[in-house]
Amino acid sequence: MTKFEKSANFSRRALLKAGGALVVSFGAPIGFDSARADEAMIAAAKPPLTPDQLSSYIAVNADGTIAAFFGKMDMGQGLFVAVGQIVAEELDVPFGAVTVIMGDTANSVNQGGASGSTGLQEGGKQMRVAAAEARRVLVQMAADKLGLPAEQLTVTDGVVHATADANKKVSYAELIGGRFFNVHLDWNGKYGNPLYAPGQAKPKDPKTHKIVGLPIKRQDIAPKVFAQQDFCTDIKVPGMVHGRMIRPDIAGTVPVKVDETSIKHIPTAKVVWNNGFLGVVADKEWDAIQAAQLLKVEWSNTAPPFPAQAALYDHIRKEPSRKRQVEPAETGNVDDAFKSAARVIEAEYEWPFQSHASMGPACSLVEIKDGHATCWSGTQKSHFVRSGLAAMLQMPEDNVHVIWTPGPGSYGRNDADDAAMDAAVLAKAVGKPVRVQYMRNQGTGWDPKGPASIHKARAALDAAGNVIAYDFLSKAFSRVDVDTNGSKPYDTLAGQTLGVDLKSGDGFGIPAESYAFANKRTAWEVIPPLLDRASPLRTSHLRDPVGPQIHFASESFMDEVAAALNVDAIEFRLRYVKDPRDVAVIKAAAEKAGWQTRPSPRKDQSGEKVSGRGIAYAQRNGTRVAMIAEVDIDRTSGKIWVRKFTVAHDCGQIINPDGIRMTVEGNIVQGISRTLWEEVKFDTKAVTSVDWLTYPILDITETPDQIDVVLINHPEIASSGAGEPSSRPIAAAIANAVFDATGVRIRRVPFSPDNVKSALS
Amino acid sequence: MNQKFSLNVNGTVHSVEADADMPLLYALCDDIGLNNPHFGCGLAQCGACTVHLDGQPIRSCITPLSAVGDGKIVTLAGLGTPEKPHPLQTAYVEEQVPQCGYCINGWIMTAAAFLRDKKKPTETEIKSALEGLKCRCGTHVAILRAVKRAAAMMG
Repeated sequence: MTKFEKSANFSRRALLKAGGALVVSFGAPIGFDSARADEAMIAAAKPPLTPDQLSSYIAVNADGTIAAFFGKMDMGQGLFVAVGQIVAEELDVPFGAVTVIMGDTANSVNQGGASGSTGLQEGGKQMRVAAAEARRVLVQMAADKLGLPAEQLTVTDGVVHATADANKKVSYAELIGGRFFNVHLDWNGKYGNPLYAPGQAKPKDPKTHKIVGLPIKRQDIAPKVFAQQDFCTDIKVPGMVHGRMIRPDIAGTVPVKVDETSIKHIPTAKVVWNNGFLGVVADKEWDAIQAAQLLKVEWSNTAPPFPAQAALYDHIRKEPSRKRQVEPAETGNVDDAFKSAARVIEAEYEWPFQSHASMGPACSLVEIKDGHATCWSGTQKSHFVRSGLAAMLQMPEDNVHVIWTPGPGSYGRNDADDAAMDAAVLAKAVGKPVRVQYMRNQGTGWDPKGPASIHKARAALDAAGNVIAYDFLSKAFSRVDVDTNGSKPYDTLAGQTLGVDLKSGDGFGIPAESYAFANKRTAWEVIPPLLDRASPLRTSHLRDPVGPQIHFASESFMDEVAAALNVDAIEFRLRYVKDPRDVAVIKAAAEKAGWQTRPSPRKDQSGEKVSGRGIAYAQRNGTRVAMIAEVDIDRTSGKIWVRKFTVAHDCGQIINPDGIRMTVEGNIVQGISRTLWEEVKFDTKAVTSVDWLTYPILDITETPDQIDVVLINHPEIASSGAGEPSSRPIAAAIANAVFDATGVRIRRVPFSPDNVKSALS
Repeated sequence: MNQKFSLNVNGTVHSVEADADMPLLYALCDDIGLNNPHFGCGLAQCGACTVHLDGQPIRSCITPLSAVGDGKIVTLAGLGTPEKPHPLQTAYVEEQVPQCGYCINGWIMTAAAFLRDKKKPTETEIKSALEGLKCRCGTHVAILRAVKRAAAMMG
């Protein structure tokens, strides 16, 4: 059995299996006396799919294999392998016996989807207590059957047997295979990431783990490499037509006249137009593409909504804030401390809008039939998309089925949820299943963007060079101008173009570190979006939402203070970083990289080709990461090559070390790309970054020679996230290395050759 | 104006009736119904749609049907199977390369033609052969490991 299966297939098969066993055992449950107390733990029909039911997470198939229903999904980092390891560990079954089924709203509860690196931190935690409870129940059932106390039983590979006599045994399959647990869990009443529903069982002592901690490989790679895996772009249903959306050349304008005769020569092409929502469908995909390109549309005469790109950071500086927040409460009295400072160091940093620019533009298929809707989507949050579709289609949520199907890459709230909603609106309008795929210029030009920002940092020093106060403020577009999921029509392009009332959220963040300064204030402010409705510059979550921006500034600034004091960058940090796990990752990275203690910049280089090293560190919801970048710079061309990265990573208990290593490698390369190249370009009318030429990313020829990853394992500490934490210190590590090499501090991303050349001149 | 085309894909001939200007990609995915290659950009900028035409990697998203003729098309599915994998497919699995995996066609189909024609390439030659292909998940380091591994397997 493959570990990873497309959920549509699996759910069918799982039901067949369960149904098959049910037929056999119905009326005469094999091996059970209906008078037994433990019969209450089994149900022939599936209990309701609610978070307080064990059957919502774990099922034992007729053959004794385990189905784990997971309300999150894997975006390519192998999360399902780690979840399978946790479930196998707690149930005492071989790893290969567990299949993790992800993100299908028909068989999993809303555990928050792919979100905030909580796959294991929250999702894995829940699957662990569910699996532990399943084992407890199964052992109790075996105790009844074997007439032995549960304490005298052991489980080996899914068989419960007397510890003293392995011949006294009964298997999980014999106990419950093909039927459902009917066991109540103590649910905390929350949905999404914080959902938690333990049973009576206590999970295993990590010291006894045998499967957790192993570098088990992903099983989804071979199907992808042999073209046997369907992506959401590959799903087809009978009667399906193809849809394409039409976006305005000037953001904010809406169609006022649509000339359908302009596409009448294209067979089967139809226009769907409602207010600002404009799309076409056709039986053949190429016809839909042609129709979208050729349709003559007259747009409203609306003034271009954006400032010139060169004025972006001034706009952020001057625009009145919509919300300000100091987090956590100020330590000491920052303003007073600055008054008594012997010396003040200050700097300001800038970060551009960035695009998810997923490998392929989003695609979704929606079929509406008999009052029910089915949606195939690469979304990160299928349960939330279900809510959004139900609201848009005015259907009860129970009538909407969202099947998560791997998409063309996802790094947060990309264009996937918009595509699902567009497909639903088109499908309802034409009465046929509609598959929508965006075009490249829409994928890059119209996805929700990572917010642009400025960051002001100040440090007050006393006469002896001690930092007596630190003041850090981000001012930015909101991370939740549109929310992180498509559960509300107003957070999707379809809802916004159809004209629903808007509700833009406010949110940003602060540096996550443990610098213990006597007086410290970290705060954020957000400004309104440049265009409030259907904007190609609406902002939301992009991998490690706002982390790269904030820590580019905060960790560059720590380097600036160290350099001003003529102190080694690590020595300076260790004077103030107080958390022992933070100290440990910094020291581990330094040791692995062979860090030489000296102040920056280097003074031993001349000529056009120079090299440097830089450190940065950060926390993220319990995880700690320190990293050292080593860069080569050609001063003539302005070209930076990040030759080597050394990363030390502590996320508590490691479930699968290879999974973390590969995830960190991907983050480093993507983070280098975002630092060196990525900036969404726009003019007053529209986003002009619309493809890979106008939104370049790191090329294979620019790959680092080496990425060393040091993993610090703490089995005694619950796992925190690994999906994103290593994204956040990358830009600062590179900026600090550039300063080390050149003596020039670059405070604006991206460090493209042109920008670097002008900074160095 | 639709025309009839006979497309030889992975050794099977398919009859397709379509506009001569229609890119091959849509014949493969929409008319023939393959689940590969992928639409990534439609602009020949990323590689996700790459197939072999008479052994040479082409971007099917911009190759009109009229340019295909009776050439032999091989897609990722035709390059190898789990039973008889191409060395690059073996290496990709061994090195656990992809994250989302949507870009695979570009890298493997381009590298397969390159490694067929160039034995024992240097790292610089490998990078140069793959220049311009896109992987948004940032698996560049693993891609290079796999291509080097496959190069060693292919002697």
